[in-house]
Amino acid sequence: MAQAAAVAKPPAPPPRRRASATPRRLPYLLIAPAALLMLGFIAYPVLSVFYYSLQNYNPTKPWRNGFAGFGNFTQAFAHDPQFWDTLTFSAKWVVVEVGLQLLCGLALALIVNQTFAGRALGRALVFSPWAVSGVLTSAIWVLLYNSQTGVTRYLADAGIGSYGTSWLSDPSTVFPAAVVADLWRGVPFFAILILADLQSVSKDLYEAAEVDGAGRAKQFWHITLPHLKDAIVLSTLLRAVWEFNNVDLLYTLTGGGPAGETTTLPLYVANTSVDAHDFGYASALTTVAFVILLFCSIVYLRISKFGGETK
Amino acid sequence: MITEIAPAAGPVVTEPARPGKKRRAWDEVPRWQIYLPLGIYLLFTLIPFYWILLFALRPAGSTSLVPWPVTFEHFHKVWTERSFATYFTNSVYVGVSTLVLTTVVALAGGYALARFDFRLKRGFMLALLCSQFVPGALLLVPLFQIFAKLQMINSLGSVVIAETVFQLPLSMILISGFIRNVPYSLEEAAWVDGCGRLTAFRIVVLPLLRPGLIAVGSFAFVHAWNHFLFALMFLSDQSKQTIPVGLNTLMSADSVDLGALAAGGIIAAVPVVIVFAFIQKWLITGFSAGAVKG
Repeated sequence: MAQAAAVAKPPAPPPRRRASATPRRLPYLLIAPAALLMLGFIAYPVLSVFYYSLQNYNPTKPWRNGFAGFGNFTQAFAHDPQFWDTLTFSAKWVVVEVGLQLLCGLALALIVNQTFAGRALGRALVFSPWAVSGVLTSAIWVLLYNSQTGVTRYLADAGIGSYGTSWLSDPSTVFPAAVVADLWRGVPFFAILILADLQSVSKDLYEAAEVDGAGRAKQFWHITLPHLKDAIVLSTLLRAVWEFNNVDLLYTLTGGGPAGETTTLPLYVANTSVDAHDFGYASALTTVAFVILLFCSIVYLRISKFGGETK
Repeated sequence: MITEIAPAAGPVVTEPARPGKKRRAWDEVPRWQIYLPLGIYLLFTLIPFYWILLFALRPAGSTSLVPWPVTFEHFHKVWTERSFATYFTNSVYVGVSTLVLTTVVALAGGYALARFDFRLKRGFMLALLCSQFVPGALLLVPLFQIFAKLQMINSLGSVVIAETVFQLPLSMILISGFIRNVPYSLEEAAWVDGCGRLTAFRIVVLPLLRPGLIAVGSFAFVHAWNHFLFALMFLSDQSKQTIPVGLNTLMSADSVDLGALAAGGIIAAVPVVIVFAFIQKWLITGFSAGAVKG
């Protein structure tokens, strides 16, 4: 990894000029590779999604292809109960996941920010699921939840519950089961970010508060929390977008089932485009998802007055 | 500001030098209030890890809760019969290429953002931020069409490009933050001493960026190593697939071979664990130096 730093070099600068002069073209040359990559592989696909959302486009049914106007959108909003179901589930999933991850992450960060014996080891262990992938998380929790040799078997051995219980295939337990699995992997993200921010709280503030006789709860409420606010707003927003978009875990853990119980909107879109080849409709759904995300993010930043109180 | 980054190279991150005699009251949290919740949370974190180790190491069909006698049959099987050897090589290729490409491109762009004022700068920054909201999963179809046109379907290069592109915006914002923390005057001093811009950058700035670059590079690697959807979509040939796709294949089999799945999962985790152990001490400083200030 250390070599990476040594290998990394900006692309060749323009033909030798006096270094102290500010070359006008240099910044453009430097951002060119990034800009080209993003134009070709983000901007262009986004535009083509917008374009196809107004088209009937299905490679397997070419005779129907053509301009559709807002047909795809009316189809989604008016005639597709699955769209509403998956949208509702997405909202529920994001709110529950981000809320729980934030609460647990904040609590953990506060704990491992204290001085205690074994802190370094404690931190390392607590943060360890951070880098585990969605697919690997699924693999681990499939092992834990499987009906033959999973935890339910050992619980049943101990007289709790019954043998052969599979939390992932029962519609009444699949949601909490999936939430716990994603929580396991998601909490360290918040804990790491919040811990990093906690380290920049000035110790003088606490000492002053203490002189004024403020207890720990008060100090937390009036010093720690306001200090963390921007980091919390930003990390919850990033995480919410990420949780909304990420399909790895649910795709592999439940496959959206049982009976579509855990299908998020992106998962539904993926199924529509990959299995049903209905690219036009999938593009319309993508556009809707994109607009909803953008709208919610702006509202969230407004309501939380992001960056408002800091100088 | 440099002083904020420089110590990150050392192991000590946050131990404040405190006059040992007086302990502050805010410091005196009862021990049980630390160890009890921490212990409970550690159980939640560690049992799943133990569970996968258990399944990977105990013989098939065993229900013992201790992996003894240890067997490596599952590893052998997954590595040879389930072609994890191939997947592993492919994943390493994707991970390392993404790391190098992301770091180099983001370093160039980040330097421009940190050091120059140019006309398109604000628009470019805005584009970087907006791209955070673009769901990669929802761009699968157009991306697939692009790579098909470029004849890159079934080539690992398509996955490397896709991963890099989605990794770039955040990496560039982070790196420009790190560069901004290095005073421009240091570079200028090097120019006065006769260095070109590139030499000055290499000698003066690059060493100070080490913690930041390590953080960004490891993110890129881990992300590319872990990510699943692009590989699943763009690589249909089994000899080109990556480890997450291999794991998914194991999971979606009609009767899941739990031992093989566990062993495959551990193979998937090893590089990430190594990277993680290596960068942990840089991670928090890397973040506090650059991320929060943006």
